Amino acid sequence: MQTHTPSGNAMLDPAADPTIPVPERPTPRYMLVFLGLFILTIIELGVAFVGLSRIMTIVALIVLAIYKAVLVALYYMHLRFEPTRLRVAVLAPLPLAFILVLAVLTEF
Amino acid sequence: MTTATAVLETRRPMPGMGVYNMKLGMWVFLLSEVMFFTSLIGAYIILRAAHPDAFAEPGVVLNVPLTAFNTFVLICSSVTMVKAFAAIEHGDQAGLKRWLIATALLGMFFVGVQVVEYIKLAEHGFVPATAAYAAAGGPLYGVTFYTMTGFHGAHVSIGVLCLWFTVFQAFRGRYTREKHGGVEIMGLYWHFVDLVWIILFTIVYLI
Repeated sequence: MQTHTPSGNAMLDPAADPTIPVPERPTPRYMLVFLGLFILTIIELGVAFVGLSRIMTIVALIVLAIYKAVLVALYYMHLRFEPTRLRVAVLAPLPLAFILVLAVLTEF
Repeated sequence: MTTATAVLETRRPMPGMGVYNMKLGMWVFLLSEVMFFTSLIGAYIILRAAHPDAFAEPGVVLNVPLTAFNTFVLICSSVTMVKAFAAIEHGDQAGLKRWLIATALLGMFFVGVQVVEYIKLAEHGFVPATAAYAAAGGPLYGVTFYTMTGFHGAHVSIGVLCLWFTVFQAFRGRYTREKHGGVEIMGLYWHFVDLVWIILFTIVYLI
């Protein structure tokens, strides 16, 4: 809402101004995400020491870690509720990071 | 510039990205951090693949239960951080202060446990740049371990300092239901630190 002072200068009332973006996203169930992260961490510990084959252990642990990281990014960092353009921008360095590791790995 | 105008400037979405300047700036910074930690993790993976005998098996040298507990502490701190943000989104000043303080204390606890872990490892001769712990895996193991966890610990420590500053600002009444960009930016950084630790814990301690 814009009000006008006697001098004619526009004053903005941030508490009522509809042009100031107030978050409209639904509030995620933070404790549910926390429970998920906790359970996934327990599963990780189990996978690490249960005696699976080396390859299976590595693949399972990496998948679990990525899943946990995605949960944090989507719900705690609210990436799920951000504009698509920002999400694309955030994802942009991931292929570059992959290329960085892959390119150096080929040296061996 | 009036305070109200400053609020608008802070919260106004950028035409291109649809988020306000401070948040976009923090995301850009975090993306640069992604590349930084990728280089560290990538170097670790490459060195480990090239010299498998230079690295110990999980749980042989490193204290996995202690670090798993520390991981739990950091995950808890992410919850308290997001609770602080949710509180101020609803105008709950008391909740904001309470959850921010809890986050800062949990962050300090995490760093404290990491220091204890370093001391215990050093007592067993597992320190970087010496040959004394060659039996525990080899020099590469210590160097990569301390580099990765050390840089992460530095990020957590800086985050704790920023958190106490955010607490200070909260007690000064600088955050409101309409203007709480500082809390959101702080939260983004803190969750990123948690996210990096999730990856590091798996790669360094479990694999």
